[in-house]
Amino acid sequence: MTSETIAGPVQQFQAQIRWRWSEVLFWLATLLPPVLVPSYLVLASQIAITALFALSLDLILGFSGIISLGHAAYFGVGAYTAGLLSKWGWGEPVSGLLIAGFAAGLLGYVTSFVIARFRHLALIMITLGLGLLLQEAANSASWLTGGFDGLQGIHTWPIFQKFDFDLYGYTAYSYSLAVLFLVFLVARRLIHSPFGLALRGIRENGQRMPAIGAPMHAHIRTIYTIAAIIAGIAGAMLAQTTETVSLEALGFQRSADVVVMLILGGTGRLYGGLVGAAVYMVARDQFSGLNPQYWYFWIGLLLIAVVMLLPNGILGGLALLARCLGVRS
Amino acid sequence: MPSVFGVLFDGVAYGMLLFLLSVGLSVTLGMMNFVNLAHCSFAMLGGYVTVTLMNAFGWPFFATLPVAFIAAAAASVVLERAFFRRFYNASDLNQCLLTIGIVFVSIASAAYIYGTDEQPVQLPSYLRGSIAFLGLDFANYRLFLIATALLITILLIVTVEMTRFGAQVRAAVNNQRMARGLGINVDGLFAITFALGSGLAGLGGALAIEMVGLDPSFAFTYLIYVLIVVSVGGLGSITGSFAAAMLLGVSDMAGKYYVPAIGSVLIYLVMMVMIMWRPTGLFGRR
Repeated sequence: MTSETIAGPVQQFQAQIRWRWSEVLFWLATLLPPVLVPSYLVLASQIAITALFALSLDLILGFSGIISLGHAAYFGVGAYTAGLLSKWGWGEPVSGLLIAGFAAGLLGYVTSFVIARFRHLALIMITLGLGLLLQEAANSASWLTGGFDGLQGIHTWPIFQKFDFDLYGYTAYSYSLAVLFLVFLVARRLIHSPFGLALRGIRENGQRMPAIGAPMHAHIRTIYTIAAIIAGIAGAMLAQTTETVSLEALGFQRSADVVVMLILGGTGRLYGGLVGAAVYMVARDQFSGLNPQYWYFWIGLLLIAVVMLLPNGILGGLALLARCLGVRS
Repeated sequence: MPSVFGVLFDGVAYGMLLFLLSVGLSVTLGMMNFVNLAHCSFAMLGGYVTVTLMNAFGWPFFATLPVAFIAAAAASVVLERAFFRRFYNASDLNQCLLTIGIVFVSIASAAYIYGTDEQPVQLPSYLRGSIAFLGLDFANYRLFLIATALLITILLIVTVEMTRFGAQVRAAVNNQRMARGLGINVDGLFAITFALGSGLAGLGGALAIEMVGLDPSFAFTYLIYVLIVVSVGGLGSITGSFAAAMLLGVSDMAGKYYVPAIGSVLIYLVMMVMIMWRPTGLFGRR
């Protein structure tokens, strides 16, 4: 978008907030899987859940510049909370999501006091340590979490006592997609608010924001807590739709994977995590079908290629292409 | 219940190993601010070189060690020329991702060539067994490991503190731009340091096989330990890395022996407390 077409800052912000055709098309396209690939609905619901997780990471990494290698901690806390609730006899999914989001958000709020004080390598190491710490704790507390064998005996009740979770994943997909869309609306609103602008300011220049009077630490604490809540909701959805929770939900691998997805799609764009999660999960599904165990080779190559050739991710590349062709996205 | 000295001895041997694995990363990170998460892939390469030479070609253990060093150093030079040098001015995140991509590729390649089993090595007889001294058993291999690592540490410190090359490295770590301004060829210096550091990691990987085993996940598992050593010790500080590696080695061993229930939690706790207390590391200046 060029400066001639924009009259002033207010118009520019309004132009950003307006729904574009490409966005509408994107969400319409998410309705296609049940029609086109009904046998892949289980994968599709996993993609929606992972996309939600990637969206939560985008809020802190892409929009606020807080690098985290331990984001799975909140995902895992959400998953275990929802799983344990259901195991102890309360399998109602929607309230389960909210309670799991609350638990993850609580942990996020507590840890955010530490997170807000550090940057760069120290921050990477602290988030990494936090993730590993929780994983080991969950492994040790096997009386609660089932340890290495995972949490068994989860039963999720029908949604609104009406839609039972079926074998083919129709309900699971609709459920995850609906939650993803609702949370996305919230995140979109948040990013286009003055608070969202302040976050981008923190990302661009962490020294100047306090100098112009923005409460940087308070902002970071707030967005970190919100991201933790969303990650917890994503984790809870995984627990409810698969009816099992394993230690892998908390693991370093999941934290690393979600960063990779986000970069693949493009950071600092609302759709980056969504597109990245879809591409990554589909690629993993395909490659592990070809020769299981070696798909990391291709993911690694893909990652190197993206960083070398498309530094702003797939969406950044598309935006560049659109600009070259003179199309306004 | 093992004695305090036994645990201390094992911890020190383990710490020495961690020091060899991590010192190269500490110096290159301090110099160029390049977050090289593929550092342990070079260590893994060294390990596999030793395994291959011993098991397929019947080389003696000691003859394989220099080859492991050279192979890892050579591989690092190739990667540095081909990929890394374009990313010196890129963001932390892009550097992390590029090198994580390399880690993924190296793990999958190792799994493809060698399978996912742990690789066995047959040590020469005089490195097996142990020496009894003051009522304690000292495993020969661990004594050898400690002696080797101490020798290398002394060599490193002498090189860095007393030679012209070392002075240039210190200048570049302290202030890269100023060093450039004084006419030091920082890029060339970095390439050499990078190769040396990766070579040491390769040597560490070869020495690690007997103590911690070698399988394709090595590049990831030990990456975390190496990062802990580097961030706790402080970037670019050899003494810091040494102290942090000892601290980590001893506390990890002590945790595993005395409080096995929370043993693995303990080192992460130690790391987080250390970083919160000193965000730039024990001996870090920045």
